[in-house]
Amino acid sequence: MSTLDLTADVVVVGGGPAGTWAALAAAEAGADVILLDKGYCGTSGPTASGGTGVWYVQPEPAEREKAMASREALGGFLQDRRWMGRVLDQTYENMNRLEAEARYPFPIVDGSPYKKGVQGPEYMRRMRSWIRRAGVRILDHSPVTELLVDGTGTVAGVRGHRRQHDTDYRVRAGAVVLATGGCAFLSKALGCDVATGDGALFAAEAGAEMSGMEFSNAYGIAPAFTSVTKTAYYSFATFFRGDGSPLEGAGSQGGRSVIAAELLRSGIVLCSIDQATAEQQEQMRLGQPNFFLPFNRLGIDPFTDRFPVTLLLEGTVRGTGGIRIVADDCATTVPGLYAAGDAATRELICGAFTGGGSHNSAWAMSSGTFAGRGAAAFAVGLGAGARRRKLSGVGGVGIRPDSGGTGVGRREALDVIQRQVHPYDKNYLRHGSRLRPALAHLDSVWDGLRGGVVADGGELPGLRQAAAMVAHARWMYTSAITRTESRGMAHREEFPDQDPNQYHRLAVGGLDRLWTRPESVTGRELAVA
Amino acid sequence: MIELVSSSRCVSCDVCVAVCPTNVFDTGPGGIPVIARQGDCQTCFMCEAHCPADALFVAPVTHPVPADSPLRDEEHLAASGMLGSYRREIGWGRGRKPGARLAVGPELGPARITPSAV
Ligand SMILES: Cc1cc2nc3c(=O)[nH]c(=O)nc-3n(C[C@H](O)[C@H](O)[C@H](O)COP(=O)(O)OP(=O)(O)OC[C@H]3O[C@@H](n4cnc5c(N)ncnc54)[C@H](O)[C@@H]3O)c2cc1C
Ligand code: SF4
Ligand code: SF4
Repeated sequence: MSTLDLTADVVVVGGGPAGTWAALAAAEAGADVILLDKGYCGTSGPTASGGTGVWYVQPEPAEREKAMASREALGGFLQDRRWMGRVLDQTYENMNRLEAEARYPFPIVDGSPYKKGVQGPEYMRRMRSWIRRAGVRILDHSPVTELLVDGTGTVAGVRGHRRQHDTDYRVRAGAVVLATGGCAFLSKALGCDVATGDGALFAAEAGAEMSGMEFSNAYGIAPAFTSVTKTAYYSFATFFRGDGSPLEGAGSQGGRSVIAAELLRSGIVLCSIDQATAEQQEQMRLGQPNFFLPFNRLGIDPFTDRFPVTLLLEGTVRGTGGIRIVADDCATTVPGLYAAGDAATRELICGAFTGGGSHNSAWAMSSGTFAGRGAAAFAVGLGAGARRRKLSGVGGVGIRPDSGGTGVGRREALDVIQRQVHPYDKNYLRHGSRLRPALAHLDSVWDGLRGGVVADGGELPGLRQAAAMVAHARWMYTSAITRTESRGMAHREEFPDQDPNQYHRLAVGGLDRLWTRPESVTGRELAVA
Repeated sequence: MIELVSSSRCVSCDVCVAVCPTNVFDTGPGGIPVIARQGDCQTCFMCEAHCPADALFVAPVTHPVPADSPLRDEEHLAASGMLGSYRREIGWGRGRKPGARLAVGPELGPARITPSAV
């Protein structure tokens, strides 16, 4: 098979909001940028299909203080106030630029543009055109499969496959930004099947660390048998058991575990969005047309009918963990490697809680901007010698297997994910007695994969995705087992309370042998006690 | 999942082949794309949003619908207004007002918790 050889100052992996903002920032800093997407930059990822509320806050001290304080307790006080401030500033600037420079058609409320949300298809098609105007080269349907490093271990490029051209490619670069999204384990949650944690695997293979992986058990509510995990409007809902009696304590926030428990018990939970006034119903139809796609097409009136709902795993898409960031420019512990969006840990602004509804989108666009600038500066700093470095790939599973393996492949990996990661009683309602055996299964499949099948061409991306999900799940459960308390979304049934002695973040890493390490919380000096 | 490519409406632009994030379509004979890998469809509705001819229909369920389902019946989908409805709702297409201009949802208070009796 022929290989396409390209060179750039900065490579951005992933073309969701984090990747497109990173590409824009790098290009504006003067870098020659290539953006590679597994799918299509502009439609791929949950923002494009889902749309997002945005943490857009006027730069006034009182409003900002309120915004920062609002989720601090929920997040177990693991957030960093300085980072929250930076993200609020950057998000404010980016949203204003989106209007002025990408001509995003914001609604007008009380005479001024309303910027607390974006409609996905519109936002992401504008981001695509904008970065193209800025000179970014985009390769769609081109999953990256591994990172390339130079002789010192500095990240210096990527390798991947162009699935619509049946060719492999290699890009030599001064720096790489991983903006591959989170990991939703192929649950078919809205737009999430491209989010299989690939970037975290690549980063770990190059020596990077993860953080906050215990905060990864996000599940979204969807009408049963559908993909539409748009959860906001369920705050107007009442939930019922299969026999029609009210499911006491159930709610979209602060009562979702009750839904999970009932689904485990009886397999059915019914819902009716019966608390919305006629005016609110009308606003919902305009606010999120995609929320209504399943209802309109299945002939359900969500405001009067009772319809069955399910919970779909959204993992680190709406959870918080990801690649550990060690500097303001979203650098990782590996030189030349930057991370942004769901691929990076969001603990700095969300702590132990989901960033759903607003923080995630703000983090994606802000961390993308920071990472793009950081990567461009790093690439420029390398000088002309950068193009003469000798590169080698660091990909393990599927590319460079250990000897003596058991020949485990993609199918076994997908199977262990289904059985050990999706179930509510393992990943959502967590207990050590269930986490430990689940982790043991995942470990053994990982060992099999390490020695397992080798793939190339069009087969490789799927195998690498499967490996990434298994790696992700192992970091999640290892961290979840280590944190013997309940903090934020990391709940342990047998440790229901927050433990002041575990007031720290948890770094986790390794591929064959995993480790965890407590990290003290930064950026609290600015907090108002 | 994607269930319908209307060969009578399709204008052979291959936009769906390009934009589907999970690469479900292949270019097809006579310029009509084919649903080559339906099992990979993530039911994200993006192909429908981008098709300029309202020629695609995504059923809202994450499994294939039966062969005789109305959700595969072009005549039914056209007559009921479902074909092209997502594009209409987001205001894409010539002469339409972008739905983003109107997208202001209701104020969200704390989520309701289901009480013991309703
Ligand atoms: C239904 C839903 C609703 C949501 N609503 C909100 C909300 O209201 N507010 C909010 O703040 N957040 C919300 N979120 C979360 C938000 O969508 C994400 O935080 C956001 O999309 C993250 O952006 P990203 O750019 O990091 O990743 P993504 O949007 O996931 O983009 C990642 C990109 O990387 C590409 N990619 C992946 N692997 C590879 C690879 N190996 N090679 C090349 N490319 C690759 C993918 O194709 C994709 O294009 C919601 C999520 C869901 C699922
Ligand atoms: S996008 Fe629509 S018109 Fe274009 S090729 Fe696909 S089905 Fe045909
Ligand atoms: S619904 Fe989404 S995944 Fe399915 S064919 Fe259309 S664009 Fe592709």
